[in-house]
Amino acid sequence: MAEDKVIQQLFKTEYRKLIAVLCKSFGIIHIEHAEDIVNDTFLLASEKWTKEGLPVNPAAWLYTVAKNKTKDHLKHDKIFNDKIVADLKQHGDFVENFEIDLSIGNIKDSQLAMIFAICNPIIPPESQIGLALRILCGFGIDEIADAFLTNKETINKRLFRAKEKLRTAKIKIELPLQFEINERLENVLTTLYLLYNEGYYSTTQNTILRKELCLEAMRLTYFLIENETTNKANVNALMALMCFHASRFDARTNELGEPVLYDNQDKNLWDEDLILKGNTFLIKSAAGEEVSKYHIEASIAFWHSTKLEHTNKWEHILQLYNQLLLIDYSPISALNRTYALSKTAGKAIAIAEAIKLNLHENHFYHSLLGYLYTDFDVKLAIYHYELALSLAKSKNDKNIIENRLKALR
Amino acid sequence: MTEFMMIFRSEYQPDFKPTPEQMEASIKQWQDWMGSIAAQGKFVGTNRLSSVGSKVLKPNNVVSDGPFAEVKEIVGGYIVVKSNSMEEAMELAAGCPILQVGGNVEVRNVIPMNM
Repeated sequence: MAEDKVIQQLFKTEYRKLIAVLCKSFGIIHIEHAEDIVNDTFLLASEKWTKEGLPVNPAAWLYTVAKNKTKDHLKHDKIFNDKIVADLKQHGDFVENFEIDLSIGNIKDSQLAMIFAICNPIIPPESQIGLALRILCGFGIDEIADAFLTNKETINKRLFRAKEKLRTAKIKIELPLQFEINERLENVLTTLYLLYNEGYYSTTQNTILRKELCLEAMRLTYFLIENETTNKANVNALMALMCFHASRFDARTNELGEPVLYDNQDKNLWDEDLILKGNTFLIKSAAGEEVSKYHIEASIAFWHSTKLEHTNKWEHILQLYNQLLLIDYSPISALNRTYALSKTAGKAIAIAEAIKLNLHENHFYHSLLGYLYTDFDVKLAIYHYELALSLAKSKNDKNIIENRLKALR
Repeated sequence: MTEFMMIFRSEYQPDFKPTPEQMEASIKQWQDWMGSIAAQGKFVGTNRLSSVGSKVLKPNNVVSDGPFAEVKEIVGGYIVVKSNSMEEAMELAAGCPILQVGGNVEVRNVIPMNM
């Protein structure tokens, strides 16, 4: 059984490295061959290790087997031979002395190049996240299906189509050139931000899985920070944002896995260490002139992570939302801005502003109006909460609204 | 939705030196007003115009400093919004802080150029 645990662990850490190096060597066209080789390697490990026990250095064992399997494929597999060898020869490499470079440096470069290849707007956002989870994070298809509340077939199809797209577009697995880094990094950050949000706001009840998605997004973002070429201000801002949000992980669900809203959270459960890390990345993000949406969102998250009730806290938050909306409108920011306004200017003024938002199909909109009307007109408050209830989809959202309604009746 | 430009005009007061508190309050008014428009998904873009060092060029290469000596009101900036009608744009303009200091907002329909 100990072998199983080790293999699982190695799968999480080594799968992505091997895939990245092989893909970079073969090109994205042969991504499936790369996956085959790595899967075969792990299969063999599982068979051998359960029979013969663990090798002295399991990771090194995997690397050696992956190298040999690659050579075998190159020599014996007809299709593989015809296609890949032809491609390699074009690039001046020869099979006889073809060697997979599994040095630390090349693993790092390959992974970085792989991040840029996958976080690419030519494939739809959810496919990017799926592919990132599979290729960059070594997640199982069943785990990805779980995260998206769907089944394995759907995920398999989605990933297949995404890979097909990358292949036909002949996406190169290489580091972007200096002049295009910023633009391409923008796409990468968008995907990592979505991956994080998938975990943080996901509707799946599986809290362990959700946390894992967030941690993977943070790991990848940190990977960008560790690399000099990608250690940019907006990357640090995104990292700060993720740290601040993650600090409330343990406080935002109770023992039953139900959500605990911000106002009711036990602040002692906030992770001080992550808040401090968030502060550090936020300070680093201030280098340079740029103010990205990640900067503003991280600053908002900073204020939400302060335990002291600073007198101007909500005024700062309101102005940050004003600023955020000017560069990046989203319904949820518009609603959050209005909530902040209710804290600084009072609920009456906030109601007038809320009505202008015109988000009648959004259950958060009606929940906000329900909250704002509570002190003025209970009937109207109930009316809006009931609308919110009819529009809400997830069990958690419905529970929260039902509790509000109970308190009013 | 179509785009409308709102142009802010106010009296030129070179001697008016606001206190830091007045400045802060004014900035907040502008930010809240624009934030409100942006929260409705109707913000397109904005710019302030500096009143320092501006020039006016007239025919025959005649250059003068600023328009300020010759006109009563100066343009302080503009915002471009999108809205369904002029009426709706006028409603957005109603909260403009320039109105509170005796200025005015000119609302104009933007005609896209097909170039």
